[in-house]
Amino acid sequence: MSYFIVLTLTGIAAGMIYAALALALVLIWRATRIVNFAQGALAMTTTYIALAVIRATDSYWLGFAGALIAGLLLGALAERFLVRWVEKGPPLNAVILTLGLFLILEAVVPMIWGAQIRGFPAPFSIAATEVGGVFIALSPFNIFTIAVVLAVMGAMLLLFRFTSLGLRMRATAFAPDIARLLGVRVGRLLTLGWAIATLTGSIAGLLVAPTLLLYPNNMDAVLVYGFTAAVLGGLDSPVGALVGGLGIGLALSYVGGYLGGDLEAIGALVILIGILMVRPQGLFVHSAERRA
Amino acid sequence: MLEVEGLHVSYGGVTALDGVKLTVPTHGITAVLGPNGAGKSTLLKAIAGLIKPRSGRITYEGRALIGMPPEEIVRLGVSMVPEGGGVIRELTVEENLRVAQMWHRDGGDGRKAIDGVMEMFPPLAARRHNAAHSLSGGERQMLAVGRALVSRADLLLLDEPSLGLAPKFVTLIMRTVRKLCAERGISVLLVEQNARSALSIADEAVLLSAGRTVAARTAGELAKNEELWHAYLGY
Repeated sequence: MSYFIVLTLTGIAAGMIYAALALALVLIWRATRIVNFAQGALAMTTTYIALAVIRATDSYWLGFAGALIAGLLLGALAERFLVRWVEKGPPLNAVILTLGLFLILEAVVPMIWGAQIRGFPAPFSIAATEVGGVFIALSPFNIFTIAVVLAVMGAMLLLFRFTSLGLRMRATAFAPDIARLLGVRVGRLLTLGWAIATLTGSIAGLLVAPTLLLYPNNMDAVLVYGFTAAVLGGLDSPVGALVGGLGIGLALSYVGGYLGGDLEAIGALVILIGILMVRPQGLFVHSAERRA
Repeated sequence: MLEVEGLHVSYGGVTALDGVKLTVPTHGITAVLGPNGAGKSTLLKAIAGLIKPRSGRITYEGRALIGMPPEEIVRLGVSMVPEGGGVIRELTVEENLRVAQMWHRDGGDGRKAIDGVMEMFPPLAARRHNAAHSLSGGERQMLAVGRALVSRADLLLLDEPSLGLAPKFVTLIMRTVRKLCAERGISVLLVEQNARSALSIADEAVLLSAGRTVAARTAGELAKNEELWHAYLGY
């Protein structure tokens, strides 16, 4: 029983990271109907930038802030100078573009920082703790991870539900042509949407690196799990991203814990296929409300 | 005042507008009539910036509109209500209205403007917090007109507001447009299939056929001109 609890808690902590990356994918899908396959590579890049800042300043938190700022900038630049050229074309063009960006980033980063595996500092211990003689499967860093992702989710919820900027972003996501007729500067909001999404992804990168270490394709597996989580949630729903991320995190933890770590990736695929066969629209999208 | 001159629009080699000329005077309703495929909707889309004309001039209050993106044209006070209303289905009635007014810097009386729309169209008040996809066709049209109002448009471009509506809604929409024109001094360019109800509220009327302006009269004259009526409006 206690092993089950351990697997559950570690699954939740890992699931939060998948949820963060899934949220980044969802934000971009909602705004531009593009699956951003470069999301993981962008997060990897911002984590390298964080490491450079940490080394230069000796401060984890300056590195953390550096990654977020780099995420905002990289996302905005990617939308403004790359994605904008393919937004009006067939969807396949955008897919190829994000795949290309993914390949370029994974080639350019080792040219700058080298391809060797690097450690990445954590602001809190990554070892499981004991409090008053009771063993707790979650490390302080796991708790930090959960808190950070919940805070990001909460901030997104506040942004989209209660601010006029969020309302304009939703209008842009649902009906860009109508939004323009209402005076919404759609182009700027798309740039901002990519910036916010890449910032969210950069948080996932920061949270992954202390345990999975940092190397040019360290986010590839996380992207697969994050994508699975996003699809589970219906690709359109931030809440779906959170639940999908937790679902994947738990499922992988159980598969790894009971059946063996080698089966984790297969587990993710089986879940994805299974869910898509039962609910092709994802778990959190009411197909009736979707436009044809 | 809006002036359109020598407007040519083509879609992939097919000419939709072939030298349209018209003027919409300030504080008046100008109806654009004509058979299906005459280019009426294309004309509105070109003015609103949704399609780029091949040649011609569109000026509003002395500013050239061609080449401006739609979101900037709206900000000059030219607001289009697309066919079917073009409401954002996933947003609530109130959110639809708020999107339309939020680019105003002053924004202070935003809430009042929205309440004003609710007063003008009571069916919307009951559905204020419902998603717009639950609205009937008539209610969507009311929402669309309301949205143009809270954006404080000076020139309304209405594309077939009566399309698919029950007669009582057609009357309500037309009467509201007339009232707005009188009370708020806005100008309206009204594209209509339903020539009779359009002429009942219009001051001027322009007749389009096959992408050309074939007549520009006062609404009263056009309504009485049997020759034009039979040749182009068919009934």
